[in-house]
Amino acid sequence: MSATIAKTLDMKGFACPLPIAKTAQAIRELDVGDLLEVLATDPGSVPDFAAWSGSTGHALIESTETDGVFRFLIRKG
Amino acid sequence: MPAKVVVLGGGVGGTLAANLLAKELGRDAKVTVVDPTGMHVYQPGFLYLALGQANGRWLARDERTLLRRDVDLAIERAVRIHPDAGTVQLERGGRLDWDYLVIATGARLVPDQIPGLSEGAFGFYSLEDAERLREELRRFRGGRVKVGIAGIPYKCPPAPVEFVFMLDQYLRRRGLRERSEITLLSPLNRAFTIESASKVIQPIMQKRGIELETFFNVESVDPSAGTVSSLEGDKAEYDLLVLVPPHRGQELIDASHLGDASGWLPTDRHTLEVAETERIFAIGDGTDLPISKSGSTAHFEAPVVASRIASLVKGTAPRSNYGGRVMCFLETGDGRATSLRFDYEHPPVPPQPNRVWHVAKWLFNRLYWETVPQGRIPETAMRGSRNEVNDDGERSES
Repeated sequence: MSATIAKTLDMKGFACPLPIAKTAQAIRELDVGDLLEVLATDPGSVPDFAAWSGSTGHALIESTETDGVFRFLIRKG
Repeated sequence: MPAKVVVLGGGVGGTLAANLLAKELGRDAKVTVVDPTGMHVYQPGFLYLALGQANGRWLARDERTLLRRDVDLAIERAVRIHPDAGTVQLERGGRLDWDYLVIATGARLVPDQIPGLSEGAFGFYSLEDAERLREELRRFRGGRVKVGIAGIPYKCPPAPVEFVFMLDQYLRRRGLRERSEITLLSPLNRAFTIESASKVIQPIMQKRGIELETFFNVESVDPSAGTVSSLEGDKAEYDLLVLVPPHRGQELIDASHLGDASGWLPTDRHTLEVAETERIFAIGDGTDLPISKSGSTAHFEAPVVASRIASLVKGTAPRSNYGGRVMCFLETGDGRATSLRFDYEHPPVPPQPNRVWHVAKWLFNRLYWETVPQGRIPETAMRGSRNEVNDDGERSES
């Protein structure tokens, strides 16, 4: 992936729905096509981010986990 | 010399911690509670007040009457904490010295963070707002009611869900339900953060004809157009809008440079000590812990903080730890309720709503003044039966 990440949101240690609310806020400040990276530790964030991007028209292009940290890469739609 | 313990805030957490400390330490400590109003407010009652089921007098009492006689009460606003000097600056110029400090100042409502909220929305998160909403509901003759959340985190996470259920019942009683729509605007794709609770709540909402609009994080209100907009880009029309206002930490925390960007106190999840300070503890809504901001949390945290400070004063190793325990009632209307009991490790397994939990909440509301602030409810009573059988027939440890 050649596109660079426009913004990273560190939501580690926060429980949903805060990561979703902050993501909704952060993505407004980006341009269409920009990438937003979100880091979280709440396991509930995995289904929540999948459902959220599906319903809001943004693309969840990556959802991975490393050592208990979930990383979501969202392309603004 | 007795140890000087200062407790900032006369809510449930501060009052209980102060009483427990004075009882445990006797002459070994001088405990002082600092509270700007000197009035103790039972916030869970706001919901009932807004819906005409309680009056404001029942919800507030003189803090002095809830404290042991050997606890001092200073009716003063604390404006600055000096951790290194071990002092608290008071608004009217005084200063208190402390050996141990308990910060139980709660959360602050900041409605102005959402454009149009103050003019366009009603609420039930303060005594004044709940009274205004009660009057507005008395005048209400039917229409579209939207209930939503305008900032996360907020106190008492089940309250908006309880409100829609109780509002449904209220409008049916007044013969207005068929002329009304009730919609819950949820920040997630379900009615409530905790998935197991959503599974209990959503079928009841459906049965009662309460709509759910998902992924609606409130961004602004346009009172003249009668619309509320979300960060996700959606817009909802309303005739009556009820919003939970945004919350943040108290000005005292900002002024003392102790909080994070939202004014919450970085707090150790087990010892409840404020990070990078010594002899300062935090209880209740003001912490940054990833658990419910609720009176119940403060109720369970206060004995931990009291016990740890008592050990330190006596020169023994503190043993008590907070495990993240929270216990909430959730009213579903029609005289039924469920309960959410959980901790850091165990998510809740809410029972199907029934009359027992409704009566339990009613009793708790009634008995609160004579029991909770004084520490008269034994912890085991709030824990529920250890071997309770949940709906799946499994034994629950919550």
